[in-house]
Parts: sequence; C-alpha cells; structure tokens
Amino acid sequence: MSELLQYIVTGLTTGSIYAIVALGFVTIYSVTKVINLAQGEFVMLGGMLMYTLSAAGLPYWIAFFLTIPLVMVFGMLLERIVIRPAKGADALSLIILTIGASIFIRGIASMIWGKTPKKVEPFTSNDPIQFAGASVTPQSLWVMLIMLVVVLGLYFLVEKTVIGKGFQACSANPLAARLLGISPARMSLLSFGLSAAIGALAGMAIAPILYPSFDVGLMLGVKGFSAAIFGGLGSSPGAVIGGLTIGLVESLGAGLIDSGLKDAIAFGVVLLILLIRPSGILGEKSVGKGGL
Amino acid sequence: MLSTQPMLQVEDLQVYYDQIQALAGVSLEVHEGEVVALLGANGAGKTTLLHTVSGLISPRKGKVTFKGEEITRYQPEKIVTLGIGHVPEHRQIFGTLSVKDNLILGAYHHYKKTGKNKVDEEIEKMYELFPILKERESQLAGTLSGGQQQMLAIARALMTNPKLLLLDEPSLGLAPIIVKEVLELIRRLRDELGTTVLLIEQNVFASLKISDRAYVIQRGEIVKQGSSRELLDDEEVREAYLGHKAV
Repeated sequence: MSELLQYIVTGLTTGSIYAIVALGFVTIYSVTKVINLAQGEFVMLGGMLMYTLSAAGLPYWIAFFLTIPLVMVFGMLLERIVIRPAKGADALSLIILTIGASIFIRGIASMIWGKTPKKVEPFTSNDPIQFAGASVTPQSLWVMLIMLVVVLGLYFLVEKTVIGKGFQACSANPLAARLLGISPARMSLLSFGLSAAIGALAGMAIAPILYPSFDVGLMLGVKGFSAAIFGGLGSSPGAVIGGLTIGLVESLGAGLIDSGLKDAIAFGVVLLILLIRPSGILGEKSVGKGGL
Repeated sequence: MLSTQPMLQVEDLQVYYDQIQALAGVSLEVHEGEVVALLGANGAGKTTLLHTVSGLISPRKGKVTFKGEEITRYQPEKIVTLGIGHVPEHRQIFGTLSVKDNLILGAYHHYKKTGKNKVDEEIEKMYELFPILKERESQLAGTLSGGQQQMLAIARALMTNPKLLLLDEPSLGLAPIIVKEVLELIRRLRDELGTTVLLIEQNVFASLKISDRAYVIQRGEIVKQGSSRELLDDEEVREAYLGHKAV
C-alpha cells in the first residue's frame, strides 16, 4: 500500500513537469497554430542556465529569477529568426523547422556544457517528509506548486486580461484582430516568450530531481508533447490532465510491471487513447493549419 | 456642408493579386459626415478597395490619404488607431469569445489610455444602441443569429472610436426584415454619433436610399458617381442593378 502511494507521488511529480511542458506547447499552439517541438529545449536551457548562473556565484534565487527572462529572450529569438521568416508555410514545414532548431540548440548546448549532467541544488532543504508510509521530497511539492502557479497564472492572463483576450482573438480570427489593432505578429512573439518562460520554470523545478544535461529536453519535450495532444492540443486543462496521466501511468507501470518498460507503457496508453479519441480528451475537433 | 478637404481620399489606386488586376486606378473621396455607397457586382473590386484603405492589402500604385495624412502603406494595426473602423465581410466576430469580450477587444488599441471604467461606459452606450447585445452579453458570440452577429460586428468596430466606418456588405445573408433594421442603423450612426460611413452593399436600392453619394465600380474601375438621388433615377443604374430589385 505504501509502495503504491510512493509510485503515485513520483508519478504526480514527473506528471506535473510534463503538464508544465505541455502548457508551453498549448500556449504557442493556441495563439499561432505552430507546434513548437523545440519546447523541450526551453526546459533544458532553464535547468542549464540556472546551473551556470548559480555556479558563477549568483545567489540561488537571483539565478532563478534571472534565468526566466534569459530563456524568454531565447524563445522570442526563436520566433523572430526561425518562425517569422517562414510565415505562411504549412504546419508540417513549421514543425520540421522547430525540430531543426531544437537539434541546433542541443548541439550548441553540448558544446557549452559538455555531456555530463549538472547538479542543481533543490529550492529548499530536501529532507523527505514521511507521509502515510511514503516519503515525499520538498522539491516534489515545489514542482507541483509551480505547476499550479503556472496553471492559475495562465488562466488569469488569458481569461482576465485584455492582452489575454487579444491572444484569443488572434487565435480565433487574425484578420479581424488586425482590424482592431491587435497585431498577430506581436502576439506570436509574446506567446513564444511566455512559452519559453513556462519551459524555463519546468526546467528549474525538475533540475534538482533530474539533473539536467544537454539532451534532457528531448525526452521531456516528447513527454510534454504527448501530454498536450493527449489532452487535446490547445486545451490547458487537457494539458494538465494529460501530463498527470502520463506521469502516473509511467510511474505505476515502472513500479508494478517493469521499470524498463515505463516509456513503452506511457506511450502505449497515449496511443491507445488517441486511437479511441483522435482529438484528445478535451480537444477541439479540427487540428488547425500552421502559420500566422 | 462639404468641407473642402475630404476625410478620406483615394487616388489612382491600383491593386494586383499576383498578375491579376483587381483595381485599375480607382479614385474616390469621402467627406466628413457623409454616407457614401460603393456599388458593383461581385468581383468588381469593392472589398479589395476597403481592404486597401484599412491596410490589409498593399497597392501597387496610388495613394490613400486620411485626414490629411498619407496612410497608403501603413499596417492595419496602425490605421485603426487613426480612426478608421472596418466591419469586414462575413462579420468575422470572435465566435469562441463572449459578446462582451468581443466589445472589449474593439477597444483594444486604446484600452490602456481610456481605462477600464471608461471602456465599460462605452460598452453600455453600445448596449443602448443594440439592446439585444446587452441581453446576450455573456453568451458566446458564435451562438448569435446572423443579424445579431452583424450588430456585434458593427458595435465592435464602433468601440475602436472610428471617425470613418468601412462597412462591407452588412446585409449579406440576413433576412429582409433585419436588412432594413441594419441599414436604418447606419443612418442613425451618422445622425447620432456623427460617424462618416463608406458602405459596400449588394442591396443597391436600399443603399442608395440611405446614402448621400455613391460610386459604381465595374471591373476595378469607377464607371459612375453622383448623388444617390441622381443614381436612383439613372437609367443605366436602374437597368443594371434595380431591374429586378426595385419592385
């Protein structure tokens, strides 16, 4: 019983990370209809920059809050340099472009940081808390908390602010948006910046648990993307449900069946659900065409 | 009544879609306080002209001047801030957003400057003009009927505080009784809010009735212009456009 609880705690922790990464996918997709497969690299950069800045002697929390704008700038550069010039290209070409960008970023990262994982200290002292026979590290709680903060922050931004309504307007009808003075190009840039910030948060939150290396973005990106399509690309609640489900299935699969099969089990479940509901559990029926 | 300098001046506008010429040197002007109708068959270039004025399309040649400022190659996001509101064809409301959110977005470009309270007041004014929108305030705009969506599209454009309103086929796809309501409203906008209007309408007879002046456009060229009363009596216009519809 306590073992089961332990698997669930682990699953919710990794699931929260997948959920945050998935929210990054959703943020860009819902504004621009671009599927940004370089999302995982934002996560990697979050962890790596955090490591570098604190290794350079900056106080922990200053490094934390400096990493966010740095990765944001990075996301915006990606939009300007890679996505914007390809404006009007079809969805598949844009996806391929983002894959190219992500391989490029990973290559540069391996040159800068080498191939060994970097050790990042946890947010707070990391003595596990015993809870009904399972042990929970404070960092796990931080991860879940950050996931909740990202969810609430996004909800507030999109539903309650005029900028957020502008996001929705560009997604619903870019032409009409322009006629009201809402620039889809600016919103696209903002969505990349925002998504990069979300990715950076995920990267920093998971870094003390899963030490980041140059290629950590690949698997996290794929899992986050699976979570996003599982939930129905474009739906924030779907992304959270998707992330948590994949995290739980993975952890339970590893614990109860075979730890070598955990990815196979997680992806198997995703495939199965998508066979039954191709638009994801909370998805819109039509997957949009790419480009702004 | 006409001031000497037109509010909107379009000179020798030439627009191409790739190699296909859509506008072949169109010139027209709209003076402050006027309702001007642009008449013509499908594909004559009416929508292209409006799109060029509001910046969605760049012309190959020619000039658009608004209140003395040349705006020919401005982006639409900029042009709306100068006071040109555009109600596009097929209404183009944000169907997945609420009626009220659609109106708030109309105020997007001046929201910060105006402030939330003032924008709310302006929305209330729109509700006075279109009481049905008040009833449907929190409903998703996509669930409104065609006529209601048209009202919303007009109200949303009015929220941008336009001096000049471009209306693209406001009666398209509406039931005849609603068409009458919408067209009468255009008259009221001018009379009550002082909004100048450039209107495209397939309903030639009705648009000549509510407009002061009109241009007839054919294959990208202005072939006739004059006061709406004159054009209503014009033999060619009657034959080309009113033959069946005047009854």
